[in-house]
Amino acid sequence: MKYSTRERIGILLLIAPAVIAVGIFVYGFIAWTFFISLTKWNSMIPDFTFVGLYNYVRLFQTLRFQADLRNTLVFTVLFLLACLTIGLTLAVLLDRGLRGEGFFRSVYLFPMAISFVVTGVVWQWLFNPRTGINLLFQALGLEFLQSRWYTDPTILFATPVGRIKFGIPVALIPVVVAATWQMSGFTMAMYLAGLRGIPDELREAARVDGASEMQIFRYVIFPLLRPITLSATIVLGHISLKIFDLVFTMTGSGPAFATDVPGIFMFETTFRGNHFAQGAAIAIIMLIMVALVIVPYLFYSIRGEAEL
Amino acid sequence: MTRRHTRVLLYALLVAFALFYLMPVYVMLITGLKPFEQVSVTRMWELPRGVYLGSFVKALEKLGPNFKNSFYLTIPAALISAFWGSINGYVLAKWRFRGAEALFLFLLFGMFIPYQSVLIPLVQFLQRIELYGTIPGLILVHVVYGIPITTLIFRNYYAGIPNEVVEAARIDGAGLLGIYRYVLLPLSAPGFVVVLIWQFTSIWNEFLFAVTITNNPARQPVTVALQNLAGSQIIEWNVQMAGALLAALPTLLVYIFLGQYFLRGLLAGALKG
Repeated sequence: MKYSTRERIGILLLIAPAVIAVGIFVYGFIAWTFFISLTKWNSMIPDFTFVGLYNYVRLFQTLRFQADLRNTLVFTVLFLLACLTIGLTLAVLLDRGLRGEGFFRSVYLFPMAISFVVTGVVWQWLFNPRTGINLLFQALGLEFLQSRWYTDPTILFATPVGRIKFGIPVALIPVVVAATWQMSGFTMAMYLAGLRGIPDELREAARVDGASEMQIFRYVIFPLLRPITLSATIVLGHISLKIFDLVFTMTGSGPAFATDVPGIFMFETTFRGNHFAQGAAIAIIMLIMVALVIVPYLFYSIRGEAEL
Repeated sequence: MTRRHTRVLLYALLVAFALFYLMPVYVMLITGLKPFEQVSVTRMWELPRGVYLGSFVKALEKLGPNFKNSFYLTIPAALISAFWGSINGYVLAKWRFRGAEALFLFLLFGMFIPYQSVLIPLVQFLQRIELYGTIPGLILVHVVYGIPITTLIFRNYYAGIPNEVVEAARIDGAGLLGIYRYVLLPLSAPGFVVVLIWQFTSIWNEFLFAVTITNNPARQPVTVALQNLAGSQIIEWNVQMAGALLAALPTLLVYIFLGQYFLRGLLAGALKG
C-alpha cells in the first residue's frame, strides 16, 4: 500500500501521543531511576553526587536484600509449580464437557477479578495462627499440619549462604497459597483454551491406533500444550518477580524478613525511609529480573505472529 | 471402574476444588455478618447467630468516601484509556508502515515492567505539575500505563476486521480519521467492552500507584483505605471482612455479569491474540 503525504502525517500524529507518553513515562523514567541509583541521594535532600555502583554493592551485602532474593526465588518456584499443576488438573477435568462446566469454571476463575489487597486481608485472617486454617486442621484431626504460619521465622532445609539461611521460609507458605488461590484459575483458563484448540481428530486417530487415554494425554495432548505452559510460566513468573500488594497487605516483611520481597523493600526504603538511591537500585534490579524473562518472550511471540 | 464411578469421582474433585476457591468468600460473609463480640478465634467457622449488618454499616462509614474516590478514579481513567487504546490499535492494525512492529514492541514492554522502576521519577513529576496526591494525578498515571494493554487488545481486535473494508473506504475517498470514525468505530463495541472491563477491574484493584501517589487519607482509593483499616490498633475482623467484601463487590459484579468479556481481556494479557 502506498500512502499519500497527508496520510503519512496523519498516521504520525495519531500514534505520536502514545509513543511520546510511553517514551517519557516508561523509558525516560526508567533512565532517570537508573541515574538516581548511581547517586548519593539517600536522605530527604536530593544529592546527585555520582557514586557508581555503590548502592548496588551495598544492597547485595545487606541481610534484608539477600533474604529478598531467596524469598523471590522460593516464592516463584513454589507458586509456578502450584499454579501449573492445579491449572492443568482443573482444565483436564473440565475439558470433558460435564454438565455444570460453566459454573465450576466461573468459581475457579473469580479470584482473578478481586484485588490482591482483598486477598491479602482475607488470607491473613485465614492463616491467623490462633484460628482459621489451624482450627480447621484441628477439627479434621490433622494437628500435625498446624503451624505458626506467617509468624514463624523457621527456614526449612536451611543452608547458610552469605548472611542468610537459604531454604524455604515457613512464613512464605501462606503467601504462596493465597497467590495460588488467586492465579490458578487463570492458568486453568489458559490451558482450557489450549485444550479446546486441539482438534478431536487427533485424539480419535490416536484412539484408533489403540492408544489408552493416559497415552493420548502423555504423547498427544501434553506436547501440544507446551506453548501454553511457556506462556503461563512467563506471565505468572513475571508477576511473582514483581509481587508487592499481596505480600504487603498479608504479612509485610514477616519475622526476620521471612516474607520480605524486593517490591516491599523498595517501597519502604524509598517512601518511608527516604533512601531514594537505594530504592532506585532495588527497582532497577527488579526491572532486570523481569526483563530477562519478558524480552525474549516478547520477541518470540511477535515473530510467531509474523509467521502466521 | 465403571463410567458412573468415574463421573462421581470427577464431580467430587470439582466440588472439592470449588470449596477451596469459595472458602474465603464464606469466611468473609460469616465474619462480616457477626457483631464484634461474636468474633472469636475458636468459633471462626461457625455461622453467625442471626443476621447482623452493623459490621457492613461500620465498614461503609469508614470506606464510603474512598469508595467514591475509586469510582471518580476508575471510570474516567477506563474511558480515556479505552479511547486512546482504540486509536493506537487502529493505526497499528490497519496502517502498515515501516517500523510498526518495533513500535508495537516499544509500547508493549511498558505493561510488564515492575512499576517500582518508574515510581520515584513519577512522584517527582506529579509534584512538579502539582497533581501529586490528587485523583486527576492518579487518572493520568493509569491512563498512561494503560496504553500498552489497551493498544494490544484493540490491535488484535481490529486485526480481525478485514482490510478490504478499510481499502474500500479509502478508495471512496475517506481519510485516516474518517475511516476510524465511520468504518471502525461503529464495529468497535465488543472491543470497547473488553477493554473497559479490563481497565475498570485492574484500576479498581490497583494498590502500588494508589498508595504512593495519594498520601492524604481523604483522597485514597478503596484498596488503600482497606489496607489502612488492617493497620489499626485492635483488629475488628468483622469490620475488616465486611470492608474487604465491599471493596471486592464492584469488580465481582462485573465478573458475574460480564465474565466472558473479562476472560477475553485476561487471555489478551497473555499475548495470545
